[in-house]
Amino acid sequence: MSAAPTLPVEQPPGAWALLVNGIVHENPVFRLALSLCPAVAVTTTVANGIILGIAVLAVQVLSSVTVTLARNAIHPRVRIPVYTIIIAVWVSAIDMALAAFAPALYAQVGLYVKLIVAFAIIISRLEVFASRQPLVPTFFDGLGMGLGFLVALVLIGAVRELLGAGALLGFTVLPVRPLLFFALPAGGFFTIALLMAFFQYLERRGGGKPRAASAGGGHHG
Amino acid sequence: MADRRRPVFPPGAQALVPVLLLVLGLVFVPRLAPPVRAASAPTLKARVQPPDRVRLTFDAPVTDLAPGNFRVAEASAPDAPLTVSAVEPAAHGVTLVLASPLRRTARYDVRVADPPLRTVAAPALWMILVSVFLSSALIQNFVFTRYLGLCIFFGVSKKVGTSVGMGITFTAVMIATAAFAWVMDTWVLRPMHLGFLQVLVFIGAVACVVQFLDTMLRKTHPVLHKSFGVYLVLITTNCIILAVPLLNAQGQVSFAEAMALALGSGSGFALALFLMSCARERLELARVPQAFQGLPIAFALAGLFALAFMGFSGLDFFR
Repeated sequence: MSAAPTLPVEQPPGAWALLVNGIVHENPVFRLALSLCPAVAVTTTVANGIILGIAVLAVQVLSSVTVTLARNAIHPRVRIPVYTIIIAVWVSAIDMALAAFAPALYAQVGLYVKLIVAFAIIISRLEVFASRQPLVPTFFDGLGMGLGFLVALVLIGAVRELLGAGALLGFTVLPVRPLLFFALPAGGFFTIALLMAFFQYLERRGGGKPRAASAGGGHHG
Repeated sequence: MADRRRPVFPPGAQALVPVLLLVLGLVFVPRLAPPVRAASAPTLKARVQPPDRVRLTFDAPVTDLAPGNFRVAEASAPDAPLTVSAVEPAAHGVTLVLASPLRRTARYDVRVADPPLRTVAAPALWMILVSVFLSSALIQNFVFTRYLGLCIFFGVSKKVGTSVGMGITFTAVMIATAAFAWVMDTWVLRPMHLGFLQVLVFIGAVACVVQFLDTMLRKTHPVLHKSFGVYLVLITTNCIILAVPLLNAQGQVSFAEAMALALGSGSGFALALFLMSCARERLELARVPQAFQGLPIAFALAGLFALAFMGFSGLDFFR
């Protein structure tokens, strides 16, 4: 978590800036390279990506808000266990809600919904942002990060579903025979490799700073 | 007299001894005491004889040898009986010939209508354990087919030495956590219908085990702690550790199977780390296109390994 970039603590940026920051500048998957496991695992279709993205979004916002409200009551020495418990509680709630309202999709992504509790992106946002900022910026930071994750999952899911099944959201789009390869495990790795390389290429052309993700870092999740 | 040569085993090996002893004890002690059975009740024993036969042994006479008198179903799907095409008499029982081939490592539910008897044809314990181990280590490798633990995987697979240390630490923590979580799930959560607390309890179990190992190693093996302590901290919030108890709880497996899954997943992860770090050390010398430098090329590399691991997908040790 130490490698995750920190925002200036003194002046919390505006809501819109925080949202854009989460979706574009610090996109959890493509920029911070956090929580990659679900990004590859469930994104064989767009629908799977959407449901896991929504689950992460909900857990991120709810845990961020809980931590920021309770931040003065949490002793710094026990903060990591407390954060973990808060996340676990919200994950259990979201897990049960999804199992009740979307059972068919939940059957496919169930294990990964439970594993949200171990996603580095959520706890790193709590540590970096929610534990130091007041309620409103924290809410928008959580929303931005969650949306960034959702966008990344949908993007990867769209590429893989389009190439692997020739469809989008279940509707057949491509008239040609699909490449089964992209629906297979190996195809997920290659899709992410290509998308990341594409963003890296754009960035180098634009003359931006080198991305945090190329450092590799000791991120986990 | 201090022997200054390098030890044969890596320094982590001796820390595993108490863990292994505990696991072996828990696996084998319950098997020493045979289950109490009423002496007078007629008994039925069943054994699967591949490809398509089930051998039944009775100690009571069976008169009705029509195929309709016998019912065989997979224990995982007891409502879908398999077709019994013929019944052949044999010494102290019968041999059922089934229309479809049977699997040696699956459990089958066998019932007789007259006299009303019922049993389960289970494969030998070691067969289940070996197949669970191989399946979790190679066929369903956590990294390459289930995509778990990717962040750790890409984070620490840069040097071979680091990745070996990480692999050993992971396997040890995985086994300890799976044992702890299995006990909690089987003896506390399931009897008390507290399934909704699974996530909370399992993440707590991971944190407890990691904290315990950290404290114990620091006091008893300070040298070990110096080389492995760094990885322990990383482990607490890692999905691969948490996935093993969740998978075990999902399948409601026995303790031995839970241990086999933990050991298999740990070895599979260690193997993946080792392979990847070897390849990435070579990659340092390669000229990678600018856009692909860093993580993109690592992902492409993992994709190539995943392709290679697909070759294991048809592997069946006991066919």
